[in-house]
Amino acid sequence: MSLQHIGLNEVNGPLIALDNVKGVGYDEVAKIKLEDGTERIGRVVEISGEKVILQVFEGTNGLSLENTKTKFTGKPMEMPLSKEVLGRVFNGAGKPIDGLGDIYAEKFADINGKPINPVSRVYPRNYIRTGISSIDCLTTLIRGQKLPIFSGSGLSHNKLAVQIVRQAQIAEDSGEDFAIVFAAMGVKNDIADYFRRSFVDSGVLNKVAMFINLSNDPIIERILTPRCALTVAEYLAHEKGMHILVIMTDMTSYAEALREFSSSKGEIPGRKGYPGYLYSDLASLYERAGIIKGSKGSVTQIPILTMPNDDITHPVPDLTGYITEGQIVLNRNLDQAGVYPSVSVLPSLSRLMKDGIGEGYTRFDHSAVANQLFASYARVQEARSLASVIGEEELSDIDKAYMEFGVQFEKNFIAQGFEENRSIEDTLDLGWDLLCLLPKSEIDRVDEKLLEEKYDPKKAERFKNAE
Amino acid sequence: MNTVYSINGPVIKVKDTKDFMMLEMVYVGEKKLIGEVIGITDEFTTIQVYESTTGLKVGEPVYTTGAPLSATLGPGIMSNIFDGIERPLKKLEEQQGAFIDEGASLISIDDNVEYDVTITVRVGDYLNGGDVYAICPETYVVTHYCMLSPLLKGEVIWVNSNGKYKINDVVCRIKTDDNKEVDLTLCQKWPIRNPRPVKRRLSISKPLITGQRVIDTLLPISKGGAGAIPGGFGTGKTMTQHQFAKWCDADIIVYVGCGERGNEMTQVLDEFSELIDPRTNRPLTDRTILIANTSNMPVAAREASIYTGITLAEYYRDMGYHIAIMADSTSRWAEALREISGRLEEMPAEEGFPAYLPSRLSEFYERAGYIETLNGKEGSITIIGAVSPQGSDFSEPVTQNTKRFVRCFWALDKTLAYARHYPAINWITSYSEYVDDLKDYYDKSMGESFLRNRQRILNILLEEDKLMEIVKLIGADVLPDNQKLIIEIAKVIRVGFLQQNAYHQDDTYVPLKKQNLMMELILYLYDRCLKALEEKVPISVIISTGLFEKVIKVKYDIPNNALNKFEEYKKEIDDKFKELSISSSEWR
Repeated sequence: MSLQHIGLNEVNGPLIALDNVKGVGYDEVAKIKLEDGTERIGRVVEISGEKVILQVFEGTNGLSLENTKTKFTGKPMEMPLSKEVLGRVFNGAGKPIDGLGDIYAEKFADINGKPINPVSRVYPRNYIRTGISSIDCLTTLIRGQKLPIFSGSGLSHNKLAVQIVRQAQIAEDSGEDFAIVFAAMGVKNDIADYFRRSFVDSGVLNKVAMFINLSNDPIIERILTPRCALTVAEYLAHEKGMHILVIMTDMTSYAEALREFSSSKGEIPGRKGYPGYLYSDLASLYERAGIIKGSKGSVTQIPILTMPNDDITHPVPDLTGYITEGQIVLNRNLDQAGVYPSVSVLPSLSRLMKDGIGEGYTRFDHSAVANQLFASYARVQEARSLASVIGEEELSDIDKAYMEFGVQFEKNFIAQGFEENRSIEDTLDLGWDLLCLLPKSEIDRVDEKLLEEKYDPKKAERFKNAE
Repeated sequence: MNTVYSINGPVIKVKDTKDFMMLEMVYVGEKKLIGEVIGITDEFTTIQVYESTTGLKVGEPVYTTGAPLSATLGPGIMSNIFDGIERPLKKLEEQQGAFIDEGASLISIDDNVEYDVTITVRVGDYLNGGDVYAICPETYVVTHYCMLSPLLKGEVIWVNSNGKYKINDVVCRIKTDDNKEVDLTLCQKWPIRNPRPVKRRLSISKPLITGQRVIDTLLPISKGGAGAIPGGFGTGKTMTQHQFAKWCDADIIVYVGCGERGNEMTQVLDEFSELIDPRTNRPLTDRTILIANTSNMPVAAREASIYTGITLAEYYRDMGYHIAIMADSTSRWAEALREISGRLEEMPAEEGFPAYLPSRLSEFYERAGYIETLNGKEGSITIIGAVSPQGSDFSEPVTQNTKRFVRCFWALDKTLAYARHYPAINWITSYSEYVDDLKDYYDKSMGESFLRNRQRILNILLEEDKLMEIVKLIGADVLPDNQKLIIEIAKVIRVGFLQQNAYHQDDTYVPLKKQNLMMELILYLYDRCLKALEEKVPISVIISTGLFEKVIKVKYDIPNNALNKFEEYKKEIDDKFKELSISSSEWR
C-alpha cells in the first residue's frame, strides 16, 4: 500500500511542508509528482507531530500548494552500486546523465554512509608518488589520506589536480585496481569539461565515475553530490578492493549550498552565517577516507576549495584544516611570478607523512631533507622581510645566501612543468643540491654523518652558472 | 506509552508526559537508540540521541530507564578503547563490522573475563563509601581496587572466598544502616555528569614530569593541575598531546579523542601498543584508556565523551593513582554544545555558543585536582585540554573562557610550526602559574640553581625578542657585540634547548636532570662569551670556534644515560676560550 498526499502546506525556498502525514521516518526519501508528469525527489529533514518538512533536490520552481502528489518511499536516499559506475557520468543526485541508461545495481547503499570504527581502520602508511617535487618531498600524499588543496579563484588548482591524477601511482604493482571518483560541486561548465577532457587525454576515462553539479544546478543536489560520490568510492574500495582517488571540487560551493539550505530552514547561524554544524557536516564527508582492515582497497581524498579572498581563516578552509590530514596551500604571489605549481611550502603540511617516508618507503634521508628545506625556506622569509626594509645590498653574507637559496628553490624545486614527472630520488637529490647553496653551518637539522656525506658546495654550482 | 512526537537531527521531543526526569537515560524507538533527557516543559520532553536518527519515525516508543546516563566502572577499562558513551569499540566491531551502526544498545566492559580476586574485608567489618573490599590485578602495571560506592555504607554480612570472578559476580554483601542488604560485585555505576566525591583537596606541590624541555623547565604543570594547548591547525596540538600521553609520569593516561580524526586514533592505538613505557618496561597501552569519538560519529556522544573520560579518571584516582587526562579537542566539544543548543533553539551568546559555555568549561576543569580519597590515599587528576581556535584567533570564546579556568597556557604558534620548530610552544605568550607552587620541589630535587637558571634563560629569550624588533628594521650587523651575543645565545637556546625531536631516540624524552645540565652548559658558554667580550675578543671570532653549533647538538650527542659527558664539554669550552685569549693578546 502506498499513500499519496495531494497538495502541500507551505513552500519556502527549497523546502516544502506537508501536514497530516503519519509513519514517516527521519531522512526518508519522497517522490513528488507534478501535474505535468515530471517527478522530483525530496528528503525528510524535520518531523513534528504530523507535520513533515521536506527538502526538494531539484528545487521548488513551479510547485504550488495544490499541483503536487507526494509519495513516501520508506527508505533513506540510496545509491545504486555496481562496478559499471566506472566510465559513467552522473548528476549531483546520482542519476546517470550520459544517456546510457540506469545502472544495473548489484546493491543499494545509504548515501550518508556510516562512521568507520576507529579500531577497524588501518593506519595509512604507503605513499603515493605524484611526481611533483613540492608534494612528494614536503607534503607527501599517503594512500588513505585526505589532503585538500587550498586555493583561490584564478589559481592553478585544477591543473594541479589533473597532474596529480595523471601521474599518481596509486597502485604501483598492478595498474588494474585503481579508479578515480570525481565530484564537481557548483563548478562552471568549462571546468567540468576541462577535467573530462583531461581524463580522456590521459586515457583513464573508463576508470572514472563523474558526478557533476554545475554552478547553476539546484543547491540541494550539491549537498548530495559528495555523498553519492563517496558512497561509490567506498563501495569500490572496501567491497571491490580497488584504490580510489576522490577529487572533490569546489568545497566552498558545497559549504555555501549548505548555508543557503540552513538559512531557508531558519536555523541559528554560526560564524559568517554558516550553520553551527558545518564542522560535523564536513567531517561526515572527509572522514570517509581511509583503509579498513580485511580489505585491499583504499579511499584517498583530494578535496579542492577556493579560499574566499585568499583568507585561510575563513570558516571553510579553517574547519577543513582541522579535519583533514594536512593541506596543500597555493599562493597567489608565486602564481603571479609564473611559478607552477604555486605551492606555498610553509603553510602546507601532510600529517601522515612522517610515518610513510624514510627507509623502506621513500629514501632514508627524506625527513632530514624535508625538515631542512622547511627550516631554511622559513629563514628565507626573514631575510626577505629584512631586505624589503634595508635593501638587499645591506644584508649580511648569510642573509644574501638565503636570498639566493630562496630564488633558486622556487625556480628549480617548486616550479616544474605540467608534463614533468620527477622520481623521488631526483626530487630528494635536487633538495640536497639546493641546500648546498647555503654555508654548511646553516644546515642545522641534519645529523653530522649525513651532512658529511651529502654536503658539497660544488653541487650548487649548476644553479649559479645558470644565470 | 510515551512516543516520539518530533525529530530534528539528534534532538527528539515527546509530548504530554510527566514520566521523565532531567538527565535520565532513555531508549528511543524500535532500535532502542540511546538518548538522554535534556529539557522538560509542561508540553514537551526534549531528548538528545547519541546515535544517528535516520529512519526513526514519529510514534515509535520511548522507554524510560529511571537512571541517569552512567558509566560502568570495574576491571576491564584499562587498555580498552571506548566510544563517547563507554561502549567498547572492539565489541562493536565484533557485533557490526567495520562501520558503526545504530541500535547496538548499551554494551559495556567485558563480563566474560575472569579476574584473580582477593577479598580484603571480613564479616563484621564496617565499610564507608570509598572503602576497598576486593583487589585484583587488571593489567601488568595496574592493580584494580574495588571500592564501595561513595553513596553506600554498611556492615559486611557475607564474603565469598578468594578466587576467579567475572565483573558481575557477587563477592560480598553488606547490610546498610537502614537494614537493606546490598550485593557487591566487582563493578559499580556512576552518573558521568556528577563528580565523584573526595575527602578533601590537597595543595599542589609536585610537577607532572613530561620529559619535554619547554614544558618541564620553562612552563611546568603540576600533578592535579589544568592546562590548555591552543593552536590553529597544523601547529602540532595533537603531536604535543601524544608526547604528553607517552612520556608523562602519571600512573594512568586517559586519552579522549573528541571529534578528531579517525586515522589519528588508529595511530594512537598502533603506536601505544608498540611503545614501551621506560618505567615499567610494558607497552604503553597497559596504562592507557582511550575514548574515541571521531568527528563523524554522532554529535551528542561527542558532548558526553568528555564526561565519560573524566569519570573513568576519577574512578582510578579514587584508588590512589595519579591520572593525566588529555582532551583533544575541547573546541569540538564546545561546538557539539553549540550544535545541540542550536537545535533546541536556545538564545545564542557569543559566536552562536550557548551562554552556559563558561560554566560547562569550568565544571570540567574543576574536576582536576590533587586530593585525598575517601579511603585516605593520595591521588590526582591533571587535565590537559587542546583548544582549536576558529581561524587561529585566540580571542574566540572557547580559548578565552578556557584561559580563565586553567593555570597553564601553552600557546602554539603558527610561525614556529612553519619553521618546523617543534614543539611550537611560543615562550613569550605562554605562561604557567604553577612555578611558584613547585618551587620547593625543584629546590629539593634539582638544587636552588634550577629556577635561577630558568629565569636567566627566560630573560635572554625576552631580551632577544626585543632585539629582533630592531633587527627586523635595520639588520643584525649594526648591533654592538654584546647584543649580537644575546642573539647568538638565544639561537642556541631555541634550537638546542626548546626544539625537541619527537622522533629521535634520546631526544623524545629528556629527564629533568639532563634538562638542568643542558641549561647549565648553555649558560656556562654564555658566561665565558661575556668574559671574552670583556677581553675585547670580537664576536665573529667567538662564533668561528664552532662552540655554538656544538652546544646546539648536545641534545643528540649526549645520550640520556651518559650525563657525565657534560663535564667534557665544559672543559672543551674552557680550552677553546684559553686559545682565544692567548691569540687575542697576541693581536694586542
